[in-house]
Amino acid sequence: MAKTPHPCVVTIDHRSKPRALFSGTRVKEYNLPVGSRVMYPKAPMTPLNDVKAAVRYAINHPLGSEPLYAMLRPGMKVTIAVDDLSMPLPPMRRPDVRQHQAEVVLELLRDYGITDIHFIIATAFHRPMTEDEIRHQLGDAIVDEFYPERCYNHDAEKPDGLTYLGTTAQGIDVEINRRAAESDLVVYCNLTFVPMNGGHKSMGTGLVGYRTLKKHHNPATIRASKTYMVPEDSALSDKMVEVGKLIEEKLQVFHIESTVNNRMFDRPLEFLGKNEDELSTNEARGLKALIRSLEWLPQPARQAIFEKVPAPYGVIGVWAGACEPVHEACLEKCYEQLLVPIHGQADIGIFPVPYISPYNVHSYLNPLLVSVMAEGYLFNLYKGEPLVKKGGTMIVLHPCSDIFDRDQHAAYTEFFHKLLPRTRDAKELHKKYEQEYSRHPGYIQMYRSGQAYHPAHPFYMWYWGENGRQHYGRVIVVGADNEYVPGILGYETAPTMEEALRMAREEHGSDPAITCFRIAPMLMADVTVDEPAESSVRVEEKES
Amino acid sequence: MSSTAYFDVDGTLVGTNLLHPTVYFLANQASVFKSARRLGQALLGGPMMAVAELRDRRLFNELLFSNFRGMTEDRMHVLSSEAYEQTVAPRIFPGTRDLILKCKDAGMRVVLITGSLDFTIRPLAEELGVEPSDIITNRLEFKDGYATGKLMRPVVAGPTKARLMVADAKKHGHDLQDCHGYSDSYSDVPMLSVVGHPHCINPDNKLRRLAKAYDWPILDIETPSRVDIVRA
Repeated sequence: MAKTPHPCVVTIDHRSKPRALFSGTRVKEYNLPVGSRVMYPKAPMTPLNDVKAAVRYAINHPLGSEPLYAMLRPGMKVTIAVDDLSMPLPPMRRPDVRQHQAEVVLELLRDYGITDIHFIIATAFHRPMTEDEIRHQLGDAIVDEFYPERCYNHDAEKPDGLTYLGTTAQGIDVEINRRAAESDLVVYCNLTFVPMNGGHKSMGTGLVGYRTLKKHHNPATIRASKTYMVPEDSALSDKMVEVGKLIEEKLQVFHIESTVNNRMFDRPLEFLGKNEDELSTNEARGLKALIRSLEWLPQPARQAIFEKVPAPYGVIGVWAGACEPVHEACLEKCYEQLLVPIHGQADIGIFPVPYISPYNVHSYLNPLLVSVMAEGYLFNLYKGEPLVKKGGTMIVLHPCSDIFDRDQHAAYTEFFHKLLPRTRDAKELHKKYEQEYSRHPGYIQMYRSGQAYHPAHPFYMWYWGENGRQHYGRVIVVGADNEYVPGILGYETAPTMEEALRMAREEHGSDPAITCFRIAPMLMADVTVDEPAESSVRVEEKES
Repeated sequence: MSSTAYFDVDGTLVGTNLLHPTVYFLANQASVFKSARRLGQALLGGPMMAVAELRDRRLFNELLFSNFRGMTEDRMHVLSSEAYEQTVAPRIFPGTRDLILKCKDAGMRVVLITGSLDFTIRPLAEELGVEPSDIITNRLEFKDGYATGKLMRPVVAGPTKARLMVADAKKHGHDLQDCHGYSDSYSDVPMLSVVGHPHCINPDNKLRRLAKAYDWPILDIETPSRVDIVRA
């Protein structure tokens, strides 16, 4: 029986206007076939009026633990760990919710005579945040007082910088930032932007080293994850929980989690989140003007237009206390904002890839990150069943330009141009090359004293797309400015959407089910089917 | 060990150049008069050395070290540890030790290859934990205990560095494609070109341009790392 579609799922008919879809730093209009479904983000939920009051309430009414004030005693050593800038996307307008959290905690610590306080940005293998970025995230008062001596980035490669806490029952060695390990209390300030953020991942990834990371950031774990946006369907999450539980056995950790609505664009660009058929006259004109401007502006200027304007995200919830109940409450709210229900899978999925990912804040979305977005994030942004059937076709919109940021993504360049042409097999890359490259002294130095991601990170990025790679039959890129970059990624190219759809129909017949996942702003598909396919059952992990 | 990391020294691992220890030697002769005479002679040769530096690094090395002519071997060895303490040790970059350590952690053999003289490099090698047999340096020729002012062959500079690295890698059974090279100077492009993993450390402008063109990693080991500032 046909189900009534959610208002955010629009079916294209002969009167429908072209869809405005991101293709990197451009927005382009595409005519989609009649009968195609387009998924739009939900309208932003109403934000909290007083975020600081919400933080105070949360730490005084915690979930699953005693209130923060009851854990404090004068003279104790406290570390406040904070997410890095990879979420939200783009960075939110000041004050960031983590600034509110940190300021409230700091005030309380001072009231209890605690002075030995360090702020650590939980970067794991991500690039270090600059002073300006930390200032953006934690505010001037904290940076002026603590940076750089007592407010700094985690360094997973610092000799003697990590403390071994133990080995989990499943054999994961857990070593964590020494300062955090030696603290009497760690307070973790988080923003969960998508459901894979937060929870045990905060400590279990953000503050650990290679010995721990390699046990859950590997092809076998990703392949065994049906989707890493749903904890119960994610082998990755299982391992994070294992690591996190061991950490919490050894250390006292108080978690503060929050989530935001999906108001990614401020008023002048708000129309980007709306159905093109419902735009007002002014919004339609604004959209046309934006499309034309982005067409003739050079790439750096286009990037700047989107990057210079922080997102007006509104905080929709704050929780504090023990890791698991806090994360559960946070995820519930996160899903409420992001999940758009849709019944039935598609044969062909159309996925616009915008200009940004968690790994290229203030730099270009390089080809490896395009694959991370396509087969990694965009594939995994579902609950229930994948948006596209097993063996289906993914149509990706992105220019796939051969541009890498030399400072941030130095190791990516070598990975992409030297290793991927040898093999795209994640297990082979893992087995043959990861160990050597993850110990690359030059790239490690760039990670430690420069602005670079760790040399193991490009491997993790390739693994990130592994379950999507196993799922799709083919990936076709529309709008690529070259053939060889998609070729290295294993993608086909098509000059136009019509041609891409024609190619896809060769596989799926003349009347395929087509769904367009119209990101950004952020959304997630809640896909139901009449009968789940066999392949959708989560597979057992086999270590390579 | 399956590969080697080859490091230029001056400007790469330490903030000195060949002049720093040389001037120290010349300024610390047996008497003030002798020191003044040697420094004066060196100054007179300055313009020629400046031209040589622009045209041919090997010629520059030969002109520079000719200033040692007539100095006794004993005195140079006595002064070498002082020269190291006074001129080199304070200028070791903050990230040098960690970078060498990471190379060793990665299972690499570490070799210092430099136009400096052997007795000025030995204390640094010891400080960095580099085996005495793993330094490739220039050596002064001595006759009857006195320096002749000439360098023994081969003169370690420019393309010769690359040739010496090829021979060294072959001797140790390493494939140069697996080896790493580090330098700050455009004059070391040959040595960076023969290894599979070239790196630039605080490069001069010409080398920086080249590094960008070829996507060679550019490292900064002068800036304290993420948390070194806390350690300090």
